[in-house]
Amino acid sequence: MERRKFIAAGLAGTSIACSRGARSAWRFFTVAEGRAIEAACGHIIPVDRDPGAVEAGAAVFIDRQLTGHYKEYQTVYRNCIAALDRQSVAVFGRAFADAPPEVQLEVLKRIEQNPRTKPFFELLVAHTMQGFYGSPRHGGNRGRASWKMLGVAGPPVRGRA
Amino acid sequence: MTRVNAVVVGAGAGGGVVAKELAEAGLSVVLLERGKWYTAFDCRKDDLRNQRTSALGNAFGPDDERNPRVAVDSAGRARVVRASGPGYHNNAACVGSGTLSYGAMAWRYMERDFRMRSTYGQVAGSTLEDWPISYADLEPYYERAEWEIGVSGDDAGNPFRGPRRKALPMPPLPPNREFEILEPAARRLGLHPFHIPMLRNSVPYNGRGACMRCRWCVGFACEVDAKCGTQNTVIPKALATGNCMLRTDCMARQILTDERGRVTGIEYFDAHDRLQRQDADLVVVSCAAIESARLLLNSRSRLFPNGLGNRYDRVGRNLQGHTYSGALGLMPSEAYDDLGPGASIAICDYNHGNAGLAGGAMLANEFIRLPIQFVGMLPPDVPKWGQAHKDFMRAAYRRTVAVQGPTQEMPVFESRVEVDPTVRDFWGIPVARLSGDKHPHTVEIARFMAGKAEEWLREAGAERTWKKLPGSGLSAGQHQAGTCRMGDDPKTSVVNRYCQVHEIDNLFVIDGSVHVTNGGFNPVLTIMANAYRASDHLVRGWKGTHYR
Repeated sequence: MERRKFIAAGLAGTSIACSRGARSAWRFFTVAEGRAIEAACGHIIPVDRDPGAVEAGAAVFIDRQLTGHYKEYQTVYRNCIAALDRQSVAVFGRAFADAPPEVQLEVLKRIEQNPRTKPFFELLVAHTMQGFYGSPRHGGNRGRASWKMLGVAGPPVRGRA
Repeated sequence: MTRVNAVVVGAGAGGGVVAKELAEAGLSVVLLERGKWYTAFDCRKDDLRNQRTSALGNAFGPDDERNPRVAVDSAGRARVVRASGPGYHNNAACVGSGTLSYGAMAWRYMERDFRMRSTYGQVAGSTLEDWPISYADLEPYYERAEWEIGVSGDDAGNPFRGPRRKALPMPPLPPNREFEILEPAARRLGLHPFHIPMLRNSVPYNGRGACMRCRWCVGFACEVDAKCGTQNTVIPKALATGNCMLRTDCMARQILTDERGRVTGIEYFDAHDRLQRQDADLVVVSCAAIESARLLLNSRSRLFPNGLGNRYDRVGRNLQGHTYSGALGLMPSEAYDDLGPGASIAICDYNHGNAGLAGGAMLANEFIRLPIQFVGMLPPDVPKWGQAHKDFMRAAYRRTVAVQGPTQEMPVFESRVEVDPTVRDFWGIPVARLSGDKHPHTVEIARFMAGKAEEWLREAGAERTWKKLPGSGLSAGQHQAGTCRMGDDPKTSVVNRYCQVHEIDNLFVIDGSVHVTNGGFNPVLTIMANAYRASDHLVRGWKGTHYR
């Protein structure tokens, strides 16, 4: 318990240190970027009778990895979130996160089809899947949401997961 | 440092066995390993960071920062690749190497796998050749590997296997649901299904407990230490003799030779990255096909300007692995029972004797597909994201069965390991540069195998099936082999039948590198058996202070 508190305190510190502008709960994303990624994740694995990527914390997973193992993708994410917003402004006149769902879906399809942005979109899909179907230890798959959806149990021995 | 009789470089499937055999025979041995020694306590059931799915890195090395390689694609473009990324062809860097975290299938190659050239003749564009040894030469050593390291299973129902004198030491694990679905279907097709032999305790054996059947198996260290690798069998035995010292976190730089062309020892960087020299009467290279070739090529001197054993430009050639192909089937009802390791049933009906094809593969049901792995296995017409993707995952995950097999590859001379002229690793050692493609006939065989897997699944009642087909790029990976071919002719091979480098009496290569061809099976038991065989010969030639 002590250890957990200690880690939690450490994480809180990190997120403040890394945010820019408005105080952000994210480690890498700005508040606006975080909203955009969450909106995109929500289309990649939507919520229905089971939680989707947003509810399972896939964006939290991506954010954490962008300051860790996926550091090399920081620029790609930053540029491509900007591209999402540009597309959205062009179609609808508002940032991606503020657009209605059908516009967001349309923008995502364009991003997927454009050869220039397609690699980013594929990366985002892969990372969202990891954040939804991967181990809960990395910030995604909150409450083992995807495993419950698929009907598979958690690790059988406690204390080592 | 004190001179020793033998330095063994690499504590994997081959090196672990060699260290134990030499130490038990009374030789003083230093076993060098570039990775760490993990135990069951290092088991982390992390779906994203293991040796199978390394999205967030390799759990058991090598690490991304210190160990780059260069991969050259079919168009000739070279790029630097990191250890957990695609194109690296990684094998774990730790004590036990792949045997710590493998799926642990324990196959004996078949008799014809040692006589591929005699069986199928020349295949254009391939260096397909016979082994200089036969199945019969290896049989007693297969048995030793099975009993000393520990294999469970039952291949009595496999009429295609080579003769064996002794049954496996442990019974198979009780069948899982996939076994029960696939077994009668195979019989109806006239095939011969049986229990896969596995280096896994199905009952307590060798002082360790039995498999608890969790789903985190292939790619993970075993939480209850039921998987049998060299790290929990032969290496502890080697250390127990008092003759063997294991040095971890040690990266070999080059093998040293004298003016007479004999090996005198090895230079390596120790755990504190200090350059060390270990003198020895003989050196055994067991770093797996890519790193073994790299070490030989990096060991240059006036007498050996192109590296050791490389007078005829053979080191690093014929790099091969296995071309996996197969199919998935959606069953009318649940096939998933969460009983690891998952893989349980196999057939060898299509390893040989396929009309117009030079070989084939064993087919087996696949290990449990973790949810994140299943994401990449959906039928091609299912959208890659969105509601339809989620719906399919939810509906199909527990109803899908996968059957696949490792096609025996046609070796290609131009598929190879070189050392890169410019890129160096953390220690300043030139890195491995990988290039080449699969032989087109390998792909043809693999496509045939996928069709056979699909037939089996349809017979088992699959409502729909879809194939997993191979690409044409280089294959090596954890089954990497072939780069220091064993043969009688010094002009076309690197080592002789006893794994001794042709031109250097006291230098040996004992790992998958020496495989002439790689069987239609997971290669680990053959690597272990051959290590027992080569060690046996080495010990017999040992004169107390020198080798022969």
